[in-house]
Amino acid sequence: MQKLTTSRRFIIALIFSVPMLVKMVLMPFGFHLPGGTITEFGLTTIVMAVSAAPFLKSSWSSFKKHHSNMDTLVAIGTMTAYLYSIYAMTVGQPVFFEGAALVVTFILLGQVFEERMRKNASSAVEKLLDLQAKNAIVIRDGQEVTIPLGQVVTGDLIKVLPGQKIAVDGTIVDGQSTVDESMVTGESMAVEKRAGDAVIGATINTNGSFVFKADKIGEETMLSQIVEMVKKAQTSRAPIQNLTDRVSSIFVPVVLILAIATFLIWYVFLGSALSTALVFAISILVIACPCALGLATPTALMVGTGLSAKHCILIKNGEVLEAVNQVKTVIFDKTGTITVGQPVVTDVIGPETKIMTLAGQLEKNSEHPLAIAVLDYAEKLGLNNQESAKNFAAIEGQGVTGEVNGQTVFVGNTRLLAERQIDPDLQKKMQELQAEAKTVVLVGEAERVIGLIAIQDAPKASSKKAIADLKARGLKTVMLTGDNQLVAEAIADQVGIDQVIAEVMPNNKADHVLAFQQEGAVAFVGDGINDAPALSTASVGIAMGSGTDVAIESGDIILVKNDLQDVATAIELSAKIFNRIKLNLFWAFIYNVLGIPVATGLFYGIGFILSPELAGLAMAFSSLSVVTSSLLLNRTRLKTLTAKKSVA
Amino acid sequence: MDKILIMLAGLAAIAFIIWWFFGQHKVESAEATLDDNQQTIDIHVDGGYSPEHIVLKQGVPATLNFTRTDPSGCLDHVVFTDFGINQELPQGQKVSLKINTAQPGQYQWACGMDMFHGQITVE
Repeated sequence: MQKLTTSRRFIIALIFSVPMLVKMVLMPFGFHLPGGTITEFGLTTIVMAVSAAPFLKSSWSSFKKHHSNMDTLVAIGTMTAYLYSIYAMTVGQPVFFEGAALVVTFILLGQVFEERMRKNASSAVEKLLDLQAKNAIVIRDGQEVTIPLGQVVTGDLIKVLPGQKIAVDGTIVDGQSTVDESMVTGESMAVEKRAGDAVIGATINTNGSFVFKADKIGEETMLSQIVEMVKKAQTSRAPIQNLTDRVSSIFVPVVLILAIATFLIWYVFLGSALSTALVFAISILVIACPCALGLATPTALMVGTGLSAKHCILIKNGEVLEAVNQVKTVIFDKTGTITVGQPVVTDVIGPETKIMTLAGQLEKNSEHPLAIAVLDYAEKLGLNNQESAKNFAAIEGQGVTGEVNGQTVFVGNTRLLAERQIDPDLQKKMQELQAEAKTVVLVGEAERVIGLIAIQDAPKASSKKAIADLKARGLKTVMLTGDNQLVAEAIADQVGIDQVIAEVMPNNKADHVLAFQQEGAVAFVGDGINDAPALSTASVGIAMGSGTDVAIESGDIILVKNDLQDVATAIELSAKIFNRIKLNLFWAFIYNVLGIPVATGLFYGIGFILSPELAGLAMAFSSLSVVTSSLLLNRTRLKTLTAKKSVA
Repeated sequence: MDKILIMLAGLAAIAFIIWWFFGQHKVESAEATLDDNQQTIDIHVDGGYSPEHIVLKQGVPATLNFTRTDPSGCLDHVVFTDFGINQELPQGQKVSLKINTAQPGQYQWACGMDMFHGQITVE
């Protein structure tokens, strides 16, 4: 009997209570069960002994510990009905065996559904771990051996063939390839990797093959860390749950007292029959089960954080959900958050091919960030395989000169102009570009400037749309940056930010966040080590997944895809989850709040009462409606996401 | 006369409920057994947790063995919010959970529905 599952207990209860249900429905037509009361007694005894016994056992064990739970209410309610009916049977009074049997059946029905749904709700995150590779080819003693993932140790050299999953986090020591890291970073383009580059476990190697050294295994890998973070968020409580904690610990004893009091009032003071007074007391015990109350928050949190993880948004804890709802201002870090984080060529003035070829030839050996921007752009145009310039010479603080096809050529900044000429047209163009806060590089042949390359740390493609989404939600947007006012304003104009605070020292970012916090809750979005204090200070810290470990550790919400549009998605999702928790609590409370007064017989005068079996059905529905409502979160449509799809 | 007796019995029952559930009662508490730089403790899950309050030594890896004999669905999960654990407890099976004892302090655990609670003190 110990081994009976909830669903078996339900089926047994159902089989033995159906005849009584039929009798109840058909009684007005003169139908009676063969054997009458004795048959009902027999059927109910089986239900009580088999299906209801665990309720009794559980409530007795917790009673001994001075605790009570919902089983206490079910056990006392059904046992009272059962024992009274036996007494009534012996003295020839009306019985209500069916009440006891049907309550057990309905409560078990609710539990069966609830168990199934809770299993559905919790499995989403664990699936992330299924993304891991199952085996790895490890080179040990010069031999390639295939071993299960669990046996890989740090320092192992692991060979990855084309199309294979990378087993753990590590660094490439030999070979090169492109790797599809989209499952971790959200970056849809495969990333090129060669010796010295880091690879992430569970990402997929595409065309080449390589050998890498395992740096992090098991629980230390990025994937495990992400799963761990999501799990913590799912088990953490939202503050709103404290209310339900306080309520549920005193709830059951209070209900017991209420039931006894109701019984006494009806029987002693209002002089009704013993059976009527008992029915009221039993209905109270049954309708009051607080199970739905306890399920309201955790199930919504579980489904909600799982859903966010699917959108590559990691919500670290339940507390942040409540905070997100209060947010009035969103403050952004500039570099790496709104912008790409490294300078890129934005404009080329003059004959593009010629200018980029010359600039590429001159900058070929330079490590300067501006030179890297120029080379990247030249490579994009397919101009990167020219031979480098001869007689290469650097002019300190100005640029470089060299010789191409016997001509002297130069690349550098505006200081080069002191000794060289420029057309008035180009001069005007140059001033325009500078007004847009772009760094202008001059490219020349002989002693004349023939073209301009404008370089800027440009906003990410999605930044403008992301800011617009936030504004549409009625949020104020602010940009904090250490850059000068001109650069900051130019970027702010491009993406449409409301307010700019420039020339902020790295250690003052948190102070500015605090200042804004005086007016209302602030969400801070950043990625750098210098953003970490601001991320922790802000009511809601949103870290870019590409950011530094410190930033990710400090943030409450992590945007794995580094897509700024996910800020709006994260805010929308958090609001949805939080509202769902509130809705769930409403549903859980409403059954009790409405049910208890009806159950006490308050509306008896107008012929409106709640029988114990109806109360049982209502309780099953209350648990069901809460869990269903949580699972429906999976189907909510997100405004920001639908908009994004239509853009793409 | 009957009614007066029933009335008295009812009031006595109410008084008993108040004393039994709201009065101060001793909580079952226990220390983990230390063995070979490893501390373990068995927790019996039946109508609540026994012991309900556990004392662990800081810095020594700890294992909690939960065994649920209670058939109630209420206790079928154990949740440690501080450690991100939400573990199913199949009835009649011993389930071992590793607890990080690096930080001293008070940690709560609860059943899946947050009705029953237990507490760990790491010191």
